[in-house]
Amino acid sequence: MSSHISATNLAADASGGVSAKRAIVVGASSGMGAALVVQLVGEGYRVGAIARRAEVLEELQLGCAESAEEAVGEVLVRVHDVTDFGAVPELFEELVRALGGLDLFVFAAGIMPKVAADEFDSHKDLAMIEVNFGGLVAWMNPVARLFQSQRSGTIVGISSVAGDRGRSGAPVYGATKAAMNTYLESLRNRLGESGVTVCTIKPGFVDTAMTRGMDGLFWLISAERAAELILKAARSGATERYVPRQWFVLMTVIRAIPSFLFRKLNI
Amino acid sequence: MSERASAYPPSFEYVEGWGMVEGHHSRVLRPASVEEVQDDLEGARKARVSLALRGAGCSYGDPSITRDGHVLDLTRLNRILAFDDESGVVEVESGVTLEQIWKHILPRGWWPKVCSGTMFPTTGGALGMNIHGKNNFRVGTWGDNTLELDIVLPSGELETCSREQNSELFHAAIGGFGMLGAICRAKLQTTRIHSGEIDVVGISTHNLGEMMERMDAQCSSADYLVGWIDCFASGDCLGRGLVHAAHYLAPGVDPEPEQTLTVAHQELPGSIMGFPKAQLWRALYLFNHDPGMRMVNAAKYMAGRLEGMAEPYRQSHAGFNFLLDYVPNWKWAYGRHGRRGLIQYQSFLPADVAERVYAELLTLCQRRSFNPYLGVLKRHKPDPFWLTHALDGWSLALDFKVTPKNRAALFGHCEEMTTIVLAAGGKFYFAKDQVLGLGDPQRFLSTERLEAFKALKRSLDPGNLFQSEMSRRLFGNSFLS
Repeated sequence: MSSHISATNLAADASGGVSAKRAIVVGASSGMGAALVVQLVGEGYRVGAIARRAEVLEELQLGCAESAEEAVGEVLVRVHDVTDFGAVPELFEELVRALGGLDLFVFAAGIMPKVAADEFDSHKDLAMIEVNFGGLVAWMNPVARLFQSQRSGTIVGISSVAGDRGRSGAPVYGATKAAMNTYLESLRNRLGESGVTVCTIKPGFVDTAMTRGMDGLFWLISAERAAELILKAARSGATERYVPRQWFVLMTVIRAIPSFLFRKLNI
Repeated sequence: MSERASAYPPSFEYVEGWGMVEGHHSRVLRPASVEEVQDDLEGARKARVSLALRGAGCSYGDPSITRDGHVLDLTRLNRILAFDDESGVVEVESGVTLEQIWKHILPRGWWPKVCSGTMFPTTGGALGMNIHGKNNFRVGTWGDNTLELDIVLPSGELETCSREQNSELFHAAIGGFGMLGAICRAKLQTTRIHSGEIDVVGISTHNLGEMMERMDAQCSSADYLVGWIDCFASGDCLGRGLVHAAHYLAPGVDPEPEQTLTVAHQELPGSIMGFPKAQLWRALYLFNHDPGMRMVNAAKYMAGRLEGMAEPYRQSHAGFNFLLDYVPNWKWAYGRHGRRGLIQYQSFLPADVAERVYAELLTLCQRRSFNPYLGVLKRHKPDPFWLTHALDGWSLALDFKVTPKNRAALFGHCEEMTTIVLAAGGKFYFAKDQVLGLGDPQRFLSTERLEAFKALKRSLDPGNLFQSEMSRRLFGNSFLS
């Protein structure tokens, strides 16, 4: 009788196989997304990096190869615009197969065009909704289904402190982040019984293209430092985490300000 | 991914066997009609991708999973098409579950002829694996009580078959573990009942010999018969346990059939000893190791001693039949992550050798320190299906915990048991198997029938469209034309 044990033993499966950990980062071209890719690869992960601009991904790939001399990690890049909703399922399947499974999914794509105080531009606003929230949902659905079916996986959503209050300066950006927070909370509750963790990250000011040229920044941290803190939070099983953590104190105060007062303050 | 008018796009999931020890990432197609099944078959043929058929995924091992192709999940073919309460014949699509069937027919005074220990299997899955219940010795398998079925062949043709029409296909497809086509519709015979309850008697037995003796004595009268075994007991107590024999109630015995013949009367309890049911597996998890399970089995045996002394009692049909559904997701007590899970090693042996061989297997398990956490003994009778597991004899099902650490050694232990079973003329059952090797089936299946099956497979499925992990594991490429 011939045995098939070796065959099934070698089969890498979703939950705790022999192979390296696998991650996908959507929005990997710059800022925290790029920093997360570099760090994960440095730790030995096989990472699928997704972004809109091919040339930036190439740079990222080169950067990973240089910085990770000793690491065994690997990065696979895919060009994709998160508003191309219909392309997501196929790309996701292809990438997970190429990675040999999936343990961690990070959604870091987001745009924040400048909005002037007297500007009410639907075109700009709807574009933000499409990328920041539409793209999120289009990606989370296949990710959640896969993680639920394999009863494991970690989802990280890069939100923002901007989602905590309706500030006058960024009405739709803040709203997309508030939507993201609620949506991720629902996913967390949906997937909790399956052992899947969903971590909402609320960064403060991070030194990226998004914040460049802004006035009045404080507690500014580098994208690399933010990426470190994000991974730490995700691994600790945190559900929501301000990055860096002192924002928790500040935002608790800000969230407590009554609306009539908040209106008068220049926050 | 192919476009479809219906709202269910294909999805990409981790698809595993019920015992959780093997699974793969697959694209899952969920057609909702025969036409959509035909579309999916055509799509797969064109893309040169193989398909593994899947119902509710209740098979313990790997017949409904695949690492190479797509999974064709038929659970959305879930309409009950007709029920005739004069004849008790129910006509269903293949994704209709046993639960749907009994809930539909019970209020009209009928009950499925064959019930597995869980109510979740689909009709298609039950036919593909030709499943049985605690009354196999009396009414045979699911196939024995099927009058007719529709099957979509690999070519896309829809074929109707029965004992009279396309009889070869009928006898090969039932128990053919999804190799010949996608079963889409079936007509099933159900049985008349005169009460929503059943008379149950518990008989405590001191060892295997006594258990088999007591079950044999009940065979001619009981409608259902099942023996639970404490696999930790050894020596004179080897195979000690508890037999449950159940009898249908004759007309007029139940004073209030209209009350008991309701779905509400059949519902399993919402909590057990104060634990909410949905979380109960967590409590079981705490006992899921050798010392814990030794204790649980001993406690169950003691409770069985008391039950054996008590009067016979009445239980709802669902309560008696669907023992496995009392604790939802109880399998998670074996662990939910990291390739932990369970296998059920169920072997079938001719009546004359069963006692000797089962004693040998139980002793071997103890000697090797692979203690089954559950043992179940049943009585069987032969049936005419080509790849059937059934025979005139007994089966013993043993549940083993699988961890990444014990896996290789446990599978080796199973191989050792398989050698013993095959030498004694025993057989195996595809719905449970995860451990047999390439070529093993030809050592217990009739050569003539297996060759006929292979020939039929090659002629109906020359492109080998239907494949699964199980088909490749047990038959290699012998289905290739």
